[in-house]
Amino acid sequence: MTATSSGHRGLVMEEPLLFEQDADGRTGVDLPEAEGRKPKLGGLERKGRIGLPGLSEPQIVRHFTRLSQKNYAIDSGLYPLGSCTMKHNPRLNEKMVRLPGFAMAHPLQPQQTVQGCLELISTLAHWITTLTGMPGVAMSPAAGAHGELAGLMTIRAALTARGDARKTVLVPESAHGTNPATAALCDYKVESIPANERGRIDVDALKAAMSEDVAALMLTNPNTCGLFENEILEVADVLHDAGAFFYGDGANFNAIVGRVRPGDLGIDAMHLNLHKTFSTPHGGGGPGSGPVVLSEPLVPYAPLPYVVADGDGFRMVEHDDSGNSFGRLRSFHGQMGMFVRALAYMMSHGADGLRMVAEDAVLNANYVMARLKDAYNVPFPGPCMHECLFDDHSLKDTGVTTLDIAKGMIDEGFHPMTMYFPLVVHGAMLIEPTETESRESVDQFCDTMLHLMERAKAGDADWFHEAPHLAPWRRLDETAAARRPVLTWKPEEEKGEAA
Amino acid sequence: MRYLPHTDADRQAMLGVIGAKSIDDLYVDVPRSALLDAPVDLPHHQGELAVERALSAMADKNLSGANAPFFVGCGAYRHHVPASVDALIQRGEFLTSYTPYQPEVSQGTLQMLFEFQTMVAMLTGMDVANASMYDGASGTAEAVLMANRVTRRHRAVLSGGLHPHYRETVETYARYGDFEIASQTLDPDGVQDLAELIDENTSCVVVQTPDVMGRLRDLTALAEACHAAGALLVAVVTEVVSLGLVTPPGEMGADIVVCEGQSLGNPMGFGGPYVGLFATRDKYVRQMPGRLVGEAHDSEDRRGWVLTLSTREQHIRREKATSNICTNSGLCALAFTIHLSLLGEAGFTGLAGLNHEAAQRAAERLAAIDGVAVLNETYFNEFTLRLPRPAEEVVDALAERGVLGGVPLSRLAPDNPALSDLMVVAATEMTTDEELDVLAGALQEVLS
Amino acid sequence: MSDRLYSKDHEWIEMDGDIGTIGVSDHAQEQLGDVVFVELPEIGRAVVQNEEAAVVESVKAASEVYSPVSGEVVEVNETLTDDPAQVNADPHGEGWFIRIRVDDMSQLDGLMDEEAYQEFLAELD
Ligand SMILES: Cc1ncc(COP(=O)(O)O)c(C=O)c1O
Repeated sequence: MTATSSGHRGLVMEEPLLFEQDADGRTGVDLPEAEGRKPKLGGLERKGRIGLPGLSEPQIVRHFTRLSQKNYAIDSGLYPLGSCTMKHNPRLNEKMVRLPGFAMAHPLQPQQTVQGCLELISTLAHWITTLTGMPGVAMSPAAGAHGELAGLMTIRAALTARGDARKTVLVPESAHGTNPATAALCDYKVESIPANERGRIDVDALKAAMSEDVAALMLTNPNTCGLFENEILEVADVLHDAGAFFYGDGANFNAIVGRVRPGDLGIDAMHLNLHKTFSTPHGGGGPGSGPVVLSEPLVPYAPLPYVVADGDGFRMVEHDDSGNSFGRLRSFHGQMGMFVRALAYMMSHGADGLRMVAEDAVLNANYVMARLKDAYNVPFPGPCMHECLFDDHSLKDTGVTTLDIAKGMIDEGFHPMTMYFPLVVHGAMLIEPTETESRESVDQFCDTMLHLMERAKAGDADWFHEAPHLAPWRRLDETAAARRPVLTWKPEEEKGEAA
Repeated sequence: MRYLPHTDADRQAMLGVIGAKSIDDLYVDVPRSALLDAPVDLPHHQGELAVERALSAMADKNLSGANAPFFVGCGAYRHHVPASVDALIQRGEFLTSYTPYQPEVSQGTLQMLFEFQTMVAMLTGMDVANASMYDGASGTAEAVLMANRVTRRHRAVLSGGLHPHYRETVETYARYGDFEIASQTLDPDGVQDLAELIDENTSCVVVQTPDVMGRLRDLTALAEACHAAGALLVAVVTEVVSLGLVTPPGEMGADIVVCEGQSLGNPMGFGGPYVGLFATRDKYVRQMPGRLVGEAHDSEDRRGWVLTLSTREQHIRREKATSNICTNSGLCALAFTIHLSLLGEAGFTGLAGLNHEAAQRAAERLAAIDGVAVLNETYFNEFTLRLPRPAEEVVDALAERGVLGGVPLSRLAPDNPALSDLMVVAATEMTTDEELDVLAGALQEVLS
Repeated sequence: MSDRLYSKDHEWIEMDGDIGTIGVSDHAQEQLGDVVFVELPEIGRAVVQNEEAAVVESVKAASEVYSPVSGEVVEVNETLTDDPAQVNADPHGEGWFIRIRVDDMSQLDGLMDEEAYQEFLAELD
């Protein structure tokens, strides 16, 4: 890499931390003078400096602009991160959420003053229940994992109500980490169910694991191998016959929205990630929204609060007199900002467009699979759903790993796929192109992947090990970072003291 | 469909490459009985203008902090957000990126989160902070779970002054997480002793300051009592702007500090998404929930940042993880960080001062109304009024006059009759003298 | 040949009287990759055969270290807290984890000697 005297490299600017640009007396705001009243703080006035840096607005705008330029994003390119559904985020959604009637509404205003907000939540709930074919939905969970928690708590409340103290939740090996983590949070013992040779849940193993102690199975469908669980109706029967509930992880709903309703598959509870299927932005890690749809036997136990249509208006039920609801999971009513965006997205597509979303997503993933399957090993034959899974078998003896391929993709201008997940195959590469990628863009991606495999096979392992060569940063030493964690910036004098 | 690039010709050509005759061939694994042949019963696609009109019509039905005299608080606050905050968070590179799993192409998000963690640690007076939780209430529940792990005890003591939504959230996690709760009932007439509730099974005491009625609390003695009993002190702050003026919980001995960060950078937005701030001491860092960003160096020795200590998290530790959280509040944390950096030390403490003075003006003005009393001896930017009538009725009557006057405490805790006449009133830098005039006039009218 | 005995979970134990020193095998440290953190039990804790005695972490994985036999922890290798890399550099020496007073010497009978362990590893491939 050519060194420059500034440290900048073309459009990639070196940018120090905010704290390293601090100058006393600088500020990015002009506030009115205080009157100088005597405080009513009971002697609890802050004594020392906080340590916040002083910068002006132009410096701050430049700082965050430069930082943004060091991020890959959907807006800049295909983002094939499997299980994450990195689709285009329409800007209409952003405009709608900023309408002052939504943005400036307070969650504790009298309900008669926020009928528009309640109508929006109720309308979105109607779209969700119709698309999923389920009788009820709890809107408040803040993300997928929070929806899982709401779903399992609802199940546990329903079981408790019938005097049933089951203690085990079954989770397939291929499950996302949030599934077992959520079950543990609900104080359930987690039992793992293996996958069969077709990458689906092994129904015989499921039957063998069933007992009076099983509260639920948590099954992702389409699953994390990108496959539809073709024996799902039988799975539902096995569970229901044994008095257990069927939790569906709906993170992959994008493959089936408008084409398959989870309510027709025997599912009792399922979260949707509005930040996946319904295009609300991921924002570098959040926020999300994870409404959880519920079957008839579970609806009475749903969390608080919820909205009901009442006469000509809407009402938010915040306290439950029946004693059935399992309670509250967060402050206020849910991720309203995500609701507005998701509804704008749904209304834009309509029932007809949402079907096409699923179909084009599935088409793109199968197209990638078809184009790559001779070069990359497909552990489970297709057709796949909205994402396709490869393992690292084809890389055997090249000295190149899944991680190396990922870093090579960065040099080629693509964000890497999901790697090393799911755990059921070795060196997993999970690719989800999404429906908002054009054929040209998917083709370019496939050409690149084929080129990388050729390069690996041609004995170019050293190049891979050094990759990325062209990204703003080279490979970062995560081992050293974890051995001596530095989690906050400290002024020089304090660093000296600590050493 | 404006968001779908494929033409029918593209679809046909791609099916050809796949070797499928139709799209339905790709859905062969779906039980035939469950595959829908026609669209579900919902409206069909619409253009931008139609969607915009429909949603604007809903938004227009709301009274809000944008068009009404406004004094509502209790966990979400109306503050002015500088224009550059929204312009910057809408940069697509921030808005449309995922969790920074690939550090070489995510340094923007990672550096920002490192700055966020540092600022949160500074504000709370703690050593470390994570990269955010969903909100203050769920963060509080996570803090209790963490205290249980650290102390290997299973009983949490909750202060009566804790926001009822926070208390209910912790209670929910407790009911299903198999630990005990000892909750105080909110006493409007004084700050209650919490130390007497600590026993040898107590993992933590959770206390909010300013509390749900706006009262400030010195935590020093309580922290000592906790530590003497081998328990942790969890401090909760629902109005983060207060930390510009008030001694941070970390300096009073708190072991975990949880804040609702909405006030900085984030709109009230009818309840979410918000951003939970979560900070603790270095020695407890491996028991923390959520993502952490740490400093690292690349192979050319350039400083950068990575996600670190990930073995605590669900994607690695699965059922033994410290939390199930995955998606957090990244973009809200960005808004928080930008707003706070625009303020800087002088701006943030100045903003806190303006809030405190606005509340003082409001308290003085409203206390002058016949039959109305301010209960607080101390407060930051919200305080509690005792009214001569049930507060819920008063708030509704004010709303009929187009005034959003405050929160009746009975809405949050309907089962506590001692609270029925109490209304919490918040004022911020946005509160104008005209708004206060309108509220005072309307309240007088409603009460007479 | 050392007197080191191995478990199927890739821990080793070396006896001195009734005190056994326990660590992870060279094969185990290789599988783990660069160790970044080690969580050790308190002294005095009773550990049970084939149950968790310690945790060892790399950047992307966390694994339990199971005790090959039951006993009481009498010493832990504090130096691993500051320098976990010793597990990689010298797994059979400086990278030891804990010392326990073994409850029941007959539990040692079920373990493998060096030769048997090498054969066991060969079969795993
Ligand atoms: C299959 C699956 N389940 C659950 C989750 C968790 O969702 P969230 O990140 O919204 O909490 C994810 C997200 O990555 C997922 O892919």
